[in-house]
Amino acid sequence: MGALGRFFKDIGKNKAMLAMVLPATLWFIFFSYLPMAGMVVAFKEYRYSRDGFLASIIESKWVGLQNFKFLFSTNDAYIITRNTVLYNIFFIVLGLVIAVAMAIMLAEIANKRLAKVYQTGMFLPYFLSWVIVGYFVYSFLSMDKGVVNQIFGWFGIDPLNWYSNPTYWPIIIVVVFLWKSVGYNSVIYLAAIMGIDKSLYEAAMIDGANKWQQIRNITIPMLTPLITILTLLAIGKIFYADFGLFYQVPRDSGTLYSVTNVIDTYVYRGLKSTGEIGMSTAAGLYQSLIGFILVITSNGIVRKFNKDNALF
Amino acid sequence: MSVGTTKGRDFHRLTPAWNIAFHSVAFIFAFLCVFPFLFVTIISFTDETTLARNGYQLFPEKWSFEAYSYLFKAGDQLLRSYGVTIAVTIIGTIIGVACTALFAYAISRHSFKYRNFFAFFAFFTMLFNGGLVPSYIVVTQLLGLKDSIWALILPLAVNAFYIMILRTFFSTMVPDAIIESGKIDGAGEFGIFFKLVLPLSLPGLATIGLFSTLGYWNDWFNALLYINDPNLVPLQSMLMRIENSMQFIMQNSQSISAGVLQSMPQDTSRMAMVVLATGPIVFAYPFFQRYFIQGLTVGAVKE
Repeated sequence: MGALGRFFKDIGKNKAMLAMVLPATLWFIFFSYLPMAGMVVAFKEYRYSRDGFLASIIESKWVGLQNFKFLFSTNDAYIITRNTVLYNIFFIVLGLVIAVAMAIMLAEIANKRLAKVYQTGMFLPYFLSWVIVGYFVYSFLSMDKGVVNQIFGWFGIDPLNWYSNPTYWPIIIVVVFLWKSVGYNSVIYLAAIMGIDKSLYEAAMIDGANKWQQIRNITIPMLTPLITILTLLAIGKIFYADFGLFYQVPRDSGTLYSVTNVIDTYVYRGLKSTGEIGMSTAAGLYQSLIGFILVITSNGIVRKFNKDNALF
Repeated sequence: MSVGTTKGRDFHRLTPAWNIAFHSVAFIFAFLCVFPFLFVTIISFTDETTLARNGYQLFPEKWSFEAYSYLFKAGDQLLRSYGVTIAVTIIGTIIGVACTALFAYAISRHSFKYRNFFAFFAFFTMLFNGGLVPSYIVVTQLLGLKDSIWALILPLAVNAFYIMILRTFFSTMVPDAIIESGKIDGAGEFGIFFKLVLPLSLPGLATIGLFSTLGYWNDWFNALLYINDPNLVPLQSMLMRIENSMQFIMQNSQSISAGVLQSMPQDTSRMAMVVLATGPIVFAYPFFQRYFIQGLTVGAVKE
């Protein structure tokens, strides 16, 4: 029993450290790992049991892949996947370009105090909840009181009932997303630009490089590792949508579901309004699984090219 | 700019035209980011009948404090929600930072034999998760937290990302020599952590604490899932419930009569509540900004 004895001795030696990790470990067990195990519900017809959690899960009948079959036999699976992925592609590309451009501008502005003021302003939306942002958007898009319809009135355009007309929502969603996130991302890029060794720029100047050449040949290449990491993280999350953006901003309006329903809102509605627990869990499992594969794959690809840029 | 100065800095400058262009773009974007808050504030100070006639306006014909005086008179629910949010934020941040710091410190120490196991244990949750429905079942059925204040606190308490940020902080900012000196002085692991490491790590803890505070203050999702009891509805969730009508705030108010309810300035008081719920953050964040930036940049760099 030498191995066992050694194991207990190790435990004894590490008991202070083990005590330190205990609280968060318990948290991870209850809020991360038990839910992972709870995913078996996706293969069951979930029935709530009075005898508690375990009984509910064990007593529910196995139905194999039926929940998945139902999910993918409807048009919903296609719509929510399309919406989630397409929105995220726009978010990633536009967000990256605008945030990096904004960071470079802020870095180049000579008046540092003003640059700081601009940065503080841009950072504000990051601190607001989607509920608040929903109210902000409403003040512009409200049918009878909103600013946009008032402006339409000046030009003799008929007021539009924004919250029941899906046509413009893809644009609205993208704009609101960028409004909330660009400032925050440009702050990250700006910090990275500030960290670039100044002597690189001095050497470039001695060689006669102008501002644009410096930006193209120093700033952007030096930002590439950070851009890669952040984009990689975003691609890994391409199957996840920000629930608040798609739930609060369109005010949960049913007529807009065709363009605002994403995997996360679908799962939520399955749980809370339609009560399709099994199918909802199946959609969640589908999301987690594809998301997991995507992180691993994209990380692997980056690793192949440049090990230092990979996440793990 | 005088031509005579040939210091390096001057070469570094943009041409005036580009400088103006950069300033304008940055200014306009920054203004657009702040504008909706200003606008909502203006709406909240608009006279209700003016608003009903003209819609939301930047320069209302008639100003009024009515919305605020109403809220203070009939504001049972507002006060209660404020109380819930403050309690949840304080308790949650303390629990969260404590758990995160202890875990992150342990896995940052090379002498901890199982550090890799526990680091992976936390890290894996960033890659894969059980999703909403199983979490909901665990919280409501196993932990029985429906309509409990802990349903607002616990789900947000720990997160692997903060652990990674703090671990990086501990392993780069706390020199091994300090920990060794503590050992020589005969301090235990907890003694070293509390007496030597924590005082050195206050900036890192402040960063995590502020992220956590913000997360709790702005949370509405857990209330949406788990809370029905009006006594436990936090601010953000209350704002959701009054989106379509002020009924919610009225039905839970003992101090006002039906007549008062009728004359409530609905539109403006709703916006006044938005202002009251957001105000503390808007005024506090510029002072804490640098801690957030620190956290964001540390988080973007792996160990």
